[in-house]
Amino acid sequence: MRWRRNRGPRSVASLRRTFVTPEGVDLRLELGSAGTRASAYILDMVILLISMILATTAIGLLGVAGAGGEAFMILWLIGAFVLRNGWFILFEMGGRGATPGKRLLGLRVVARDGGRLTGGAVIARNAMREIEIFLPLSFLGVQAAEGAADGFLTIFALLWTGIFLFFPLFNRDRLRVGDLLAGTWVVNTIRAKLGTDLVAARAEQPRRVFSDAALDLYGIYELQTLENVLRNGQEEAIVTVAATIRRKAGLPDDGDDYAFLSDYYAALCARLERGMMVGRRREDKHVVMGRR
Amino acid sequence: MSAFVDTVAAPLVNASRFRAAHEAEWERLDQLVTRMEKRSVRALPDDDILALPLLYRSALSSLSVARETSLDRSLVIYLEQLCTRAYFQLYGVPDTALRQFGRFLARDWPMAVQALWRETLVSFLLTLAGVLAGWWLVSTDPSWYYSIIPDAMAGGRDPAASAETLRATIYGAENGDGGLATFAAYLFTHNSQVAIFAFALGFAFTVPTVLLLVYNGLSLGAMLCLFAKKGLGLNFLGWLTIHGSTEMFAIILAGAAGMKIGTAVAFPGRDERTEAAVRAGRSASVAMVGVVLMLMVAGLLEGIGRQTVQADAMRYGIGLAALAGWLAYYYLPRRREGDHALAA
Repeated sequence: MRWRRNRGPRSVASLRRTFVTPEGVDLRLELGSAGTRASAYILDMVILLISMILATTAIGLLGVAGAGGEAFMILWLIGAFVLRNGWFILFEMGGRGATPGKRLLGLRVVARDGGRLTGGAVIARNAMREIEIFLPLSFLGVQAAEGAADGFLTIFALLWTGIFLFFPLFNRDRLRVGDLLAGTWVVNTIRAKLGTDLVAARAEQPRRVFSDAALDLYGIYELQTLENVLRNGQEEAIVTVAATIRRKAGLPDDGDDYAFLSDYYAALCARLERGMMVGRRREDKHVVMGRR
Repeated sequence: MSAFVDTVAAPLVNASRFRAAHEAEWERLDQLVTRMEKRSVRALPDDDILALPLLYRSALSSLSVARETSLDRSLVIYLEQLCTRAYFQLYGVPDTALRQFGRFLARDWPMAVQALWRETLVSFLLTLAGVLAGWWLVSTDPSWYYSIIPDAMAGGRDPAASAETLRATIYGAENGDGGLATFAAYLFTHNSQVAIFAFALGFAFTVPTVLLLVYNGLSLGAMLCLFAKKGLGLNFLGWLTIHGSTEMFAIILAGAAGMKIGTAVAFPGRDERTEAAVRAGRSASVAMVGVVLMLMVAGLLEGIGRQTVQADAMRYGIGLAALAGWLAYYYLPRRREGDHALAA
């Protein structure tokens, strides 16, 4: 019996989710991890705090210059309320479905059923923050104020509120209580540029040719790792990988590692692709193809 | 062994041909989607909008083809993110804020409140039970008053106070002439935050929400009893009614909304538990926006109207008219048509 390596995309704890569009194509969404989401939240709170301080000073200056205290207080009270409750709701109801913090970290809120993100859903997921964040905080505040007068009760209360706070860690879709109730989840939105065509880049020049034995060394997984190495262009990695391939294939060193790897990539890619066309998909180097 | 070969023949792999054939389309879709993300779909000229669905579908089919035939990971990742972004721009974007707000006022708000009628009734009865209990407790033993109502909230209104002091709290302009609007703003924000909190607490199987409702009733009952003993019961009720009819209604609705999600989580019925929670959560949160708006009205009535309107009859008139208005807005039958855009 052979042990298969448990690689990222296929492991149980993966955050990739099947998401089939009405056109029948699986987009394979990737959920935002708990860490990223916590960071986005902290980022939002920092931005919120800074804008609150700025607004307070601005209103304060206006208040000093103009009518006086009353308008200032009203503006401040309403403004603080709107910021606290409206910040997340208004941003998430916009076209990007993300607050500034989420946008910076490449996250967005999405309806789990793939439909429109409705106002009701956005409001529900954000109203629930009251029990997720502010409930534990207020218990901590009470404890600090009363000097832990009733230790047992406080611990119990913290445990109870902790359930809501750490809810995302207890389910595999990383849903907050608010997400659960609103039918939403938070996904990664990367913006990738289309990289250059590594094979076409070598097409115009004279290429190295490789024997079948040299090309049989690797499968798709290794090919794509090699692609990463070439695209990242790190000198050290290129030297190491080139040396490894040469050693395994028994090829002499011709001095130009990058060109060697590019040619090897092109040749391997062409070979694996040809195999794939006739239904022989070689996932990685551990798969031995039956007949050549 | 690595001899060189000089070939300037057709591209070596499929991916290159595939790219050459479709790259322009992908680029165009990318540009359109980026523009939509930055502003909105209205930023696009007509022919771009017409091209959008075609470009989107061809990108999707490119993705399927690339996954099956190409080993170029960067190509597949690029197409995946392009299709995902385009999908959410085409299917996932909510309406404009203005249109949503219009529909919210016309249909979604009253409909959401109407859907809560059973919970509203229960939370009204709970509040009523609280009022009766509070009244009964304080009338049998006035010392209960101190344990029900915290000192800060009582503000001198306790069993030891004389009838004149109590009368002054009802009819006096306590804040002088300034500060009324500030007081209104404070009341609105504070009450709304508490209401949102009560709603969110409903998730814990409604128990905390029920407690909050009963407690709210208790303090009302205790106060009522206190004033009634001094012969000021009707006057106090008038002072309370002017804003209280709106405010208490809003609090009862907030409790009902919390109850709705709590019961949906606890007793999902024939649905899957998460499904039931989602349905309840979305419609109840629409009602919650309504609650916040109601509290805004209540804050205005309380902060400004209560001190400037001093006649009992006017106070009752305004309060009851507001109540009748809310009831008519929510419960008068209306046509059911179309879909709930906000609560769907």
